Amino acid sequence: MISLSEIARISVTSLRANKLRTMLTILGITVGLFSIIVIMTIITMLQNSIESGFSSLNKNTFQIQKWENIRVGGPRRDRNRKDITLEDFEQFRGLLKQAKYVGAEQWQFGKVVRFGNKETNPNIQIAGATVDAMRTNNWNVDYGRDLREDDVQYSRNVCLLGNEIVVKLFGNINPIGQELNVDGHPLKVIGVIEQQPQLFGQSRDNYVVLPLSTFQSFYGRRSRSVNITVMSYSKEDYNDIIEASIGYMRTIRKVPPGEDNDFYVFSNESMITQVNDITSGIKIGAFVVSIIALLAAGVGIMNIMLVSVTERTKEIGIRKAVGAKKIDVLLQFLTEAVVLCIIGGTIGIVMGVGLGNLAGSLINAQPSIPYDWVAIGLSICVLVGLIFGTYPAYKAANLDPIEALRYE
Amino acid sequence: MNIITIENISKVYKVGDTEVHALRDVSLTINKNEYVAIMGPSGSGKSTLMNMLGCLDTPSNGRYEFKNKNVSAMTDNELAAIRNREIGFVFQTFNLLSRSNALHNVELPLIYSGISGAERKDRARKALVDVGLEERIHHKPNELSGGQRQRVAIARALVTNPSIILADEPTGNLDSKTGEEIMILFNQIHQTGNTIILVTHEEYIAKHADRIIRLKDGYVHSDEKVLDRYIPTIN
Repeated sequence: MISLSEIARISVTSLRANKLRTMLTILGITVGLFSIIVIMTIITMLQNSIESGFSSLNKNTFQIQKWENIRVGGPRRDRNRKDITLEDFEQFRGLLKQAKYVGAEQWQFGKVVRFGNKETNPNIQIAGATVDAMRTNNWNVDYGRDLREDDVQYSRNVCLLGNEIVVKLFGNINPIGQELNVDGHPLKVIGVIEQQPQLFGQSRDNYVVLPLSTFQSFYGRRSRSVNITVMSYSKEDYNDIIEASIGYMRTIRKVPPGEDNDFYVFSNESMITQVNDITSGIKIGAFVVSIIALLAAGVGIMNIMLVSVTERTKEIGIRKAVGAKKIDVLLQFLTEAVVLCIIGGTIGIVMGVGLGNLAGSLINAQPSIPYDWVAIGLSICVLVGLIFGTYPAYKAANLDPIEALRYE
Repeated sequence: MNIITIENISKVYKVGDTEVHALRDVSLTINKNEYVAIMGPSGSGKSTLMNMLGCLDTPSNGRYEFKNKNVSAMTDNELAAIRNREIGFVFQTFNLLSRSNALHNVELPLIYSGISGAERKDRARKALVDVGLEERIHHKPNELSGGQRQRVAIARALVTNPSIILADEPTGNLDSKTGEEIMILFNQIHQTGNTIILVTHEEYIAKHADRIIRLKDGYVHSDEKVLDRYIPTIN
């Protein structure tokens, strides 16, 4: 048996002799690999962005809320869930001593904020928060002062602003101490919050934070359910605190043993799980499409290899006459098929990663390469080459040298 | 010293329902440094005998020993190894790889002997120089004349230092002047101690050898020394 490098050299030489045919043959493999890699690249970019984006919500933080953030399909069985009330929260805070912060918050979306004769677009988020919720949301005061317990206690008409609103309404004016207007309610600006990292290129600084009690006096019963936000002291006790919180919430809300929680615990982990649930369907779809494309491409490769064996009967005869063994001829043609597949696959992968990153960059996701899928893709290429190259190679190896030499 | 010993070999092909006896009960021996011509009309079995001698085919019956090794019982791979090391083929139609240059064509048997890189190139280059093609090393077959192509084929046959050179109508596709040049080359190869078996149907080509075996209907019809041997010279 001759060395593999020698065989590879022979294979590449004969592929180069038939450039056009080689390119057409590998097109199928390229398309197959491209389709799966481009989708996996985009999904990987989305996942990375979500992971890094949400980690700004503080690593050791989770939320307890009435509903899931994202729901996938199906009618909701849990339509009649009770709200999480302020009383629930107070009770919960009383029980959960081992956490660093236990805060509560509520939200209103799509509001307009006015200052003097200026107003924002109706896309402002209004948050009612407790002091602890400031910490769990990683809202740190840039300048001015922080929210205080007495602001919440006395339902003061004060607010803190996200940077975007400051830029929009105040320009060069110092916003601290100014009075602005939300839904007809006057609010005094006491502080400005540091800029938050962007998620998918979206600014997250278009919000106003008020004391939770003030928020409730404005919006009353319309949104009674509060989100409880909890931060643990460390990564180590994070999961224990989640477990403990679930227990306390079940007690407070009198959930009978054996029944599902009537609330939802939202952590970075649960968010990633949800994203994975959604993307796994897309992944399976892309995988199936690619496998079908690769099978079709494999049949094409087998066809071309059979043609090639027939065309090169004389060459095979010459090689056998001067001493090529069956295994030498077999490996030569098998290597050709595998090299074809690898070239096609590599082009597909490069195009897939390139286009995937281009598409991902449009939504400002972080560039990434799905290394695991690149490896899987290349392995599949080699496999396709081996599967569909074996029969033509076997045929070539078993040609009778006398017949092959006589072939014109 | 005996290189080839054939005892009572026969070869039977099946064509449809009928059996074709290409060789019947052929026995012969060939010694080192002999220059043998095998002659016979078409259908006489000379191609079959040539394939058999070249280890491309095995006999249906009888015994074939090559340097005291029993070829009749060899596997395909063992036959390939014998062809690679012991036999140098020269064909009527040259049988060169059309996409490869002269050097690579001559290297080919050495690739399958597992000889690597530099040594292989050196030996191939030397073989091409020996047949007078030092100027044409990087030419492809379609850039060479018929005589030059046959020289490449001869270089390929010689490069492994085989025990026998097996030439099947080596001048059949060449004009008589070029054919004569090739026969001069064979004569030189013979004089340096090589064993040559030449298959031809032309009497005057056969006369270059020192022994002629004539086949007829699959039998050895005659096997005799050439008394009026023709020694070609450069004129």
